[in-house]
Amino acid sequence: MSKTRVVVTGLGATTPLGGDVPSTWEALLAGKSGVRLLPEGMLTSVNVKFAATIAVEPSEVMKPVEIRRLDRSEQFAVIAAREAWADAGSPEVDHERLGVVVASGIGGVTTMLEQYDILRTKGARLVSPHTVPMLMPNGPAANVGLEFKAQAGVHTPVSACASGAEAIGYAMEMIRLGRADIVIAGGVEAAVHELPMAGFAAMKALSTRNDDPTRASRPYDKDRDGFVLGEGGGIVILESLEHAQARGAKIYCELAGQGLTSDGYHIAAPDPSGSGVTRAVKFALRDSGVDLSEVVHLNAHATSTPAGDVAEANALTAALGEHMSHVAVSATKSMTGHLLGGAGAIESVFVVLALKHRLAPPTINIENLDDAVKVDVVRDVPRPLPSGPIAAINDSFGFGGHNVVLIFKSYE
Amino acid sequence: MALTQDEVLAGIRDIVVEVAGIDGGLVSLEKKFADDLDVDSLSMVEVIVAAEEKFSVKIPDDEVTKMATVADAVNFIVAHS
Repeated sequence: MSKTRVVVTGLGATTPLGGDVPSTWEALLAGKSGVRLLPEGMLTSVNVKFAATIAVEPSEVMKPVEIRRLDRSEQFAVIAAREAWADAGSPEVDHERLGVVVASGIGGVTTMLEQYDILRTKGARLVSPHTVPMLMPNGPAANVGLEFKAQAGVHTPVSACASGAEAIGYAMEMIRLGRADIVIAGGVEAAVHELPMAGFAAMKALSTRNDDPTRASRPYDKDRDGFVLGEGGGIVILESLEHAQARGAKIYCELAGQGLTSDGYHIAAPDPSGSGVTRAVKFALRDSGVDLSEVVHLNAHATSTPAGDVAEANALTAALGEHMSHVAVSATKSMTGHLLGGAGAIESVFVVLALKHRLAPPTINIENLDDAVKVDVVRDVPRPLPSGPIAAINDSFGFGGHNVVLIFKSYE
Repeated sequence: MALTQDEVLAGIRDIVVEVAGIDGGLVSLEKKFADDLDVDSLSMVEVIVAAEEKFSVKIPDDEVTKMATVADAVNFIVAHS
């Protein structure tokens, strides 16, 4: 039985590089860093003083009552979903055929911590009645579902830093299974707060390059020393090809397939053999029906950690073999930081735009390429991609050993 | 000293504007919290807690459930201030 074809018809994002997709893409191609020093006093004892904070504060584009009732992660989701929905032409849809899959790695952690402070200092009576709807990890998805009256199902996969990609893959399956015609999908994260940062710092996962924050996120560089925490989110509108064609929608590209595996190796460290990643890439290729020769670009997970970047690059080479040398690899976390549950989502947006504009975004901050990295990294400036039918991969991995690989292909 | 109805109405108006994000001009005695002012059951909790602080009154939960309109709340607070 042939699979229902799924296409991308709308994009939305709010990121450390811009408050929407056009401004983010422009900054990405220009090789700008979204990393900033955090306000003095925000981090008392954490040894990391910077993060990739959002470029446009939600309060600039939302009503005060929305800011009051929504956790920051939910604000990001609603902002990006509004942009994506408008980009898709604000279609009239059968609400029972509209789904939402929006992920978060951590959920409303700042709400939980702020309300805990209120509980401790002022007592239970002053804890906000919005606390639970704001801290629940499905809150971003639920609020997007409310905004657009989605009735086919609202879902939230949680797989740490693979969550955003997993959400988009889940959304594709909703359409393939016939549960929905159109799905609003993506991921968000809003965890720039002292506690999660202290936790990541305790794992030695964060870069401590406090004297040079914009150059701290440096995937594949010899001197990379950890990731830079980012915040924001990305949303794609997925639609069955039939539904998109019937309403005359603008089609960016096709989401052709996905591969999902798990390592069963360690709660946080990547499996040095990379077999989980290799298998996920192979499953995704098979699921998508894409010919290996069509794969010309890959947006890597590459978070700038010493162990992760090389393990991923080796696993990709094991999966794609000799063809890997023909794939332009971009590590956009060098500019956006690591959005955790939002990462796979904004990177999917970037892959869709790369296919549309035939341009692979750059990787910045590589001063000395690590000798162990054998893949072809797009450095400093964007690289044109070939004409004709092409495909691109977005891979994402999460603490817990989650591996998600999505394959998008050009549509003509 | 007892508060006047006008004083309490003005206070409730400020609270509802803050909690529900609506225009203060919409808040008048006959308005229903849920239907007219976008104050759902969760936000009503915020309104009541803020009103208790502002007017130094105690509003029991079973009274809250009877407060459909702004007048219901204002009259209760005037009577118990």
